Amino acid sequence: MSRSPATGPTGPTGAPYDVAVVGAGLVGAAIARDLAGARLRVALVEGRADVGDGTSKANTAILHTGFDARPGTLESRLVARGYALLSQYARATGIPVEPTGATLVAWTDEELATLPSLAEKAARNGYDACELVDADEVYRTMPALGPGALGGLTVPGESITCTWTTNLALATDAVRRGADLLRRHEVTGVRPDRDGTTTLDTTAGEVRARWVVNAAGLGADVLDRRFGHDRFRVVPRRGELLVYDKLARPLAPRIVLPVPSKVGKGVLVSPTIYGNVMLGPTAQDLDDRTATGTSEDGFAFLLEKGARIMPALLDEEVTAAYAGLRAAVHVDGALFEDYLVDVDAAQRYVLVGGIRSTGLTASLALAEHVTGLLAAAGPGSTGLDLAPRADLPSPVTMPNLGEAFPRPYADADAIARDPEYGRVVCFCERVTAGEIRDALASTVPPADLDGLRRRTRAANGRCQGFYCGAEVAARLERGVVSRSGPA
Amino acid sequence: MTAPRHEQVAVAVVGGGPAGLAAAAALAPHVDGEVRVLDREAETGGIPRHSDHTGYGLRDLRRLLTGPAYARRLTDRALAAGAVLRTHATVTGWTPDGHLEITAPDGRTTLAAGAVVLATGARERPRPARMIPGDRPAGVLTTGQLQNLVHLHHRRDVGTRAVVVGAELVSWSAVLTLREAGCRTALLVSAHAVPETAAPVRLAARLGLGTPVATRTRLVAVEGRDRVEAVVLEHVGSGARRRVACDTVVLTGDWVPDHELARLGGLELDPVSRGPVVDTALRTSRPGVFAAGNLLHPVDTADVAALDGRHVAAAVRRHLAAPAPAADGARLVAQAPLRWVAPQLLRAGDPAPPRGRFLLRCDATVAAPVVEVVQDGVVVARRRLPWAAAPGRVFRVPSVLLRDVRRDGGDVTVRLAPR
Repeated sequence: MSRSPATGPTGPTGAPYDVAVVGAGLVGAAIARDLAGARLRVALVEGRADVGDGTSKANTAILHTGFDARPGTLESRLVARGYALLSQYARATGIPVEPTGATLVAWTDEELATLPSLAEKAARNGYDACELVDADEVYRTMPALGPGALGGLTVPGESITCTWTTNLALATDAVRRGADLLRRHEVTGVRPDRDGTTTLDTTAGEVRARWVVNAAGLGADVLDRRFGHDRFRVVPRRGELLVYDKLARPLAPRIVLPVPSKVGKGVLVSPTIYGNVMLGPTAQDLDDRTATGTSEDGFAFLLEKGARIMPALLDEEVTAAYAGLRAAVHVDGALFEDYLVDVDAAQRYVLVGGIRSTGLTASLALAEHVTGLLAAAGPGSTGLDLAPRADLPSPVTMPNLGEAFPRPYADADAIARDPEYGRVVCFCERVTAGEIRDALASTVPPADLDGLRRRTRAANGRCQGFYCGAEVAARLERGVVSRSGPA
Repeated sequence: MTAPRHEQVAVAVVGGGPAGLAAAAALAPHVDGEVRVLDREAETGGIPRHSDHTGYGLRDLRRLLTGPAYARRLTDRALAAGAVLRTHATVTGWTPDGHLEITAPDGRTTLAAGAVVLATGARERPRPARMIPGDRPAGVLTTGQLQNLVHLHHRRDVGTRAVVVGAELVSWSAVLTLREAGCRTALLVSAHAVPETAAPVRLAARLGLGTPVATRTRLVAVEGRDRVEAVVLEHVGSGARRRVACDTVVLTGDWVPDHELARLGGLELDPVSRGPVVDTALRTSRPGVFAAGNLLHPVDTADVAALDGRHVAAAVRRHLAAPAPAADGARLVAQAPLRWVAPQLLRAGDPAPPRGRFLLRCDATVAAPVVEVVQDGVVVARRRLPWAAAPGRVFRVPSVLLRDVRRDGGDVTVRLAPR
């Protein structure tokens, strides 16, 4: 558990937190970071053992321009704003971003006919840079595209980034600003107290706070009901993805997007920030909020689509296959197609739900929005002084996981300063002993192998542990053991 | 950023497994200049380092050693011959000039070499590559990871009850390793009608270990939250499925060459085996770059890889003495059920391949195979071989069968005569 000097679920004096943010995914971490930038005592309460272990780790990691949002929605506004804020934050923290651009490819006459209306919708979303291109131009920019493309619509600003580094940067900044990160604290009950605070019962004890922010993602409706509401239902939507070998990267210089159509959802082919190529996602509504398994049908669907979009891709080895659950939200039995943000001043409770699939891009904008709503209500009403502190620490510098940018194994200076950056442990991803050591000693260290993978790329490569699995596990174990002494 | 240091050697061998070490041992006494082996692991020796059972060294050392002892023996021989062995040295790519880029604790280096031998071996395909759907719990691993854990890291907490996918030699090696770690193997699962290992080995294994083998069976799903709880098996013929409870799944065999450097270097690759195309002297498509071992023929036994290493030395020495462009050659192609063949190029004046054998993979079990060699529509050789062709192991064709192929003729097909 990572803590600032003010330890304990209610701080050294037993005083309650000003705000408890439930959920340390992208949205919760961003909100906690913003609030911790004011003169507030913030708890970031996470049910799992690590931050960003839910939906936030399994998205497509695309930094969305928002060109295809529903115009006029809160989502549309916050994705556009979030694009700017996250681009800026990435520059400040070293989160890798590659502006690959995207092209929507039309494979049928119906799809081709739709493109102009998509450009027009983009303009209504405030995005003017889309361009209609003909088939020749589509193939010029993407020679490996399968035959049959009729034309396309470019989205030059659509970019790829690292969702794990973003989530960790936000959580780390929150902690460095003084927030208490409380991991393995799953909320099991909510009890309002008479003194204007709320007690959250959790699996690791009580957390008392004046205000509670619900950024619990897949569990947001359950938490919302604990506050006595019955206004929405989370329907998990599973998306399966295949990640192809880095040697396939030259095939996919840009994001290839499907044209949304009545027939059904297409899949995208996209380069990843780690140098791979991803194919997916599927979209399947489920009942089980923990069903992150992959399926035979999902694989078959992806391979069929992939064979059409980029046949040469299927000649490459699959490095990873995973599934993520998006929290689609149903209100009154129908899909609700916007964010669900609500400030309940009487309960001192903020709901930040229905983030669907744009939480990465919108995270900082959602935080700004929530802070803005609380500020607008006024400290007399909220009891929260949201004036920013003057003495904020500078943003964290995150280790670079992006293949297009310098990494320690290739940095002669870094190795000269510290030979452990020359000792490659994960050969496929070129992850060094120094990076693994740094992750284990970081402000928000990993709790398990998956956490170490998300912080370093170790064991994420084509051999999937054939060469490195035992060594990586051994280093993780030593690192966790050496930290389990007194804080 | 500081530029990497630049060094120059006579021969750079990438990969310090049996093929690389044997090549270095064969070259170092005869080469003017340094023969340097680069291995990214902590110690040289390759896969045998952690394959802790006997059976190693038969064809090259005429001995029977355990894997670790074999690894040490080949290491000592390379050192005694005067080769320089660098460990923790990871070759990450090539410079535009064709020099090797290396990362090591002592820094970044670009290494120029008169000749480069790629001996980077092969790995078992892991679960995602095999497209096995289901939950993604801990406890699914390849033999490589298993043996690293048990023999190099001395773990005994691998699991308690395993299902092993594959019934090749390496699969039984996995069963032995599991037993050493206190993990029972409940079942081996083979997609083929007949388990892949040769009958005598199979019988001995069954007698010694008593592990049942489910044939014509494939693994179609893994179940479990944090840890494996069960696998779902499907019978290939009937489609019938069943669950088998276990906490460990070992994926064995299904080897792919570690060809990243070959691809980054622009070498021509065999589209089926995915290893670099080589001639019988083991030259690749790039002058001055050679290849040996399981990178070429995933996989044959370690001693065969070592003999590749010995074999390539002659061509390397000739290249160092007088680099000359290679003559055109006839391309050799395998026809189904033969999957791939290595080496793939037949040039006039070249030696026979290592051990006088072409190595192939066959996707069907054929007890008494009749091999035919066809060029320009004419059968130039036909012979019944006294050994079977079967999936999951290498099928060897004596090179004498290709003696009469015209090196300046059209493509050559090697096939099994229909029954």
